[in-house]
Amino acid sequence: MTEMTKIETGATLMEVTAFLWAEADLLDRKDYDPWLALWDGQGTYVMPITEPGEALKSASGYAEALNLCYDGAKMRKDRVARFQAGFSISSAPPAQTVRTVSRIVIEAVEGELIHVRAAETVVEDKFGRQRLFAADMGYVLVSTADGLKIRDKVVRLLNSDGMLTSISYLF
Amino acid sequence: MSLDMPKFSDLDALYDEAEAKVATSMYEDPALFDAEMEKIFHKTWVWVAHESEFPDKGSFKLSHVGKEPVILVRDRKGAIHCMVNRCRHRAATVCEVKKGKTSSFQCPYHGWGYGLDGSLRALPYPEQYGDDFDKAQHGLLKLRTDSYAGMVFATFNDELEPLSDFLGPVKKWIDLFMKQGGGFPVKVLGEHQFKVPMNWKVQLENTTDAYHFPIVHKSFLQSLDGETEQVFSFLEHGRGFVEDLGNGHSVMVMMPELVDLDENLDAPIPERFSELAEELRGEGYPEDQVKKIVRAVGGAGFNLNLFPNVSFSLSFFRVLRPVTVEETEIRHIALGMEGGPAAANRMRLRLHEHFQGPMGFGSPDDAEVWERVQRGTKGGETLPILVNRGMVDEAEGADGPRGHISAETGMRAAYAMWKRMMSA
Ligand code: FES
Ligand SMILES: [Fe+2]
Repeated sequence: MTEMTKIETGATLMEVTAFLWAEADLLDRKDYDPWLALWDGQGTYVMPITEPGEALKSASGYAEALNLCYDGAKMRKDRVARFQAGFSISSAPPAQTVRTVSRIVIEAVEGELIHVRAAETVVEDKFGRQRLFAADMGYVLVSTADGLKIRDKVVRLLNSDGMLTSISYLF
Repeated sequence: MSLDMPKFSDLDALYDEAEAKVATSMYEDPALFDAEMEKIFHKTWVWVAHESEFPDKGSFKLSHVGKEPVILVRDRKGAIHCMVNRCRHRAATVCEVKKGKTSSFQCPYHGWGYGLDGSLRALPYPEQYGDDFDKAQHGLLKLRTDSYAGMVFATFNDELEPLSDFLGPVKKWIDLFMKQGGGFPVKVLGEHQFKVPMNWKVQLENTTDAYHFPIVHKSFLQSLDGETEQVFSFLEHGRGFVEDLGNGHSVMVMMPELVDLDENLDAPIPERFSELAEELRGEGYPEDQVKKIVRAVGGAGFNLNLFPNVSFSLSFFRVLRPVTVEETEIRHIALGMEGGPAAANRMRLRLHEHFQGPMGFGSPDDAEVWERVQRGTKGGETLPILVNRGMVDEAEGADGPRGHISAETGMRAAYAMWKRMMSA
């Protein structure tokens, strides 16, 4: 980060913000095939269970712990297939969601890797009842010739180690 | 209007044992719920913890007995105490940390201090209580506790039979279940927690319900490789059974070949575990130990359902907690091998995440249908809920009536116990 000029940082923040918003839009529309294509295929999608307020680790730092999900490329694909096949009663139809991603911070840039923190709030609606989720997110994005890709994504819900409700979509 | 508490004198109308019909109000009546908390959750052995969750002297964890918040703690000699999390002065909780280590509990309000055994040790400015204030009468309210194979139970009922008698034939199934340690002690690796708008008995029924599996969990089955899908197609091959074990407990054998994990050690290693076996060999584990660990890693081939709040399944515990008549909290506690190979425990974690919890490929679909039960009972108040499946060919098993793998024998066992306790 230190080597970057103010202008470079600003440009990166705009690019990252546009990318995360586009991802959020795909997720709210449950448009999962293009979402899978946002990944570079090497990393992990993790929803960890941590003590409240604990600093987020890198995705691989959760391999030895119980998580809500710990998905490599195959599990991400299987998860999406489950949502799409129509045999899962909780996701056919899923809860409707409206989400906001904000408070985006670029933590570090190392070569083509961009480390990002952000906040996400999701309101879901099903059976006429609404549920609210808030999460801290940590991304490792990769700058490629085709634009940004996701290497790793960590989404830690508020109350991740407390009593939750079942979830029929992605964060 | 009568000021009397409802007596539920017509228990036969709530659960008709001969016809195996459950009345709709069983899931919906708040007064009945209060009576259940008193007559069942206050009167029987309720599962509160696994010993590995608070292993050392001074370790503690929070839990519940019915609606009551309790603390489980080990004193300086390692003895287990269970006490209500409520200060004897003016009721503040004395602990809000879910789990940890301490040398005492101090109430945050006026500073009364309690020892690890719940006794009142000290209080600020005691003079104002006079000379005859008896600290011995002001300890935290204690429950009776007992353990079997690391499973800790507590009860408010001093007259209740010993835990060992309450469990009866369940004990030999617990012993079989714990073989999934693969030669290591069983320990808790973590837990998933979610609440569902449903009555607690909807959940009690479900762990002994094989009938729903191929329907509700079709999307889970579709995510498995062919060999594993066969293992989970227990309804199709129909070799298992459900058996009433007395006192409301039951066992549902889904995969008979995985009942005793010490047997058939020479069976070929399933494809999904071959990588793990390779890894263990690479780490220098001898072949017989590799076979034992790999055979244990998928867990036991049966569900053991204990009345009223815990069940054992594959490689996890399911614990239910009634919150209100229409809300229940569920915990799915993942089990691993204490001191066992990290690769095996990692595999356990990934298997648990695959099916269980708020984001699993199984639990969210369960939660959806349970909520649908609670929603459905808003209509047709007079229609019964049927738990008579499999009565047609139920026969005497080793310890009680035994039915088809998809029989509702386990539910009938639980409801018979429910009725026995409610009529006491
Ligand atoms: S309420 Fe606990 S010391 Fe007063
Ligand atoms: Fe299920």
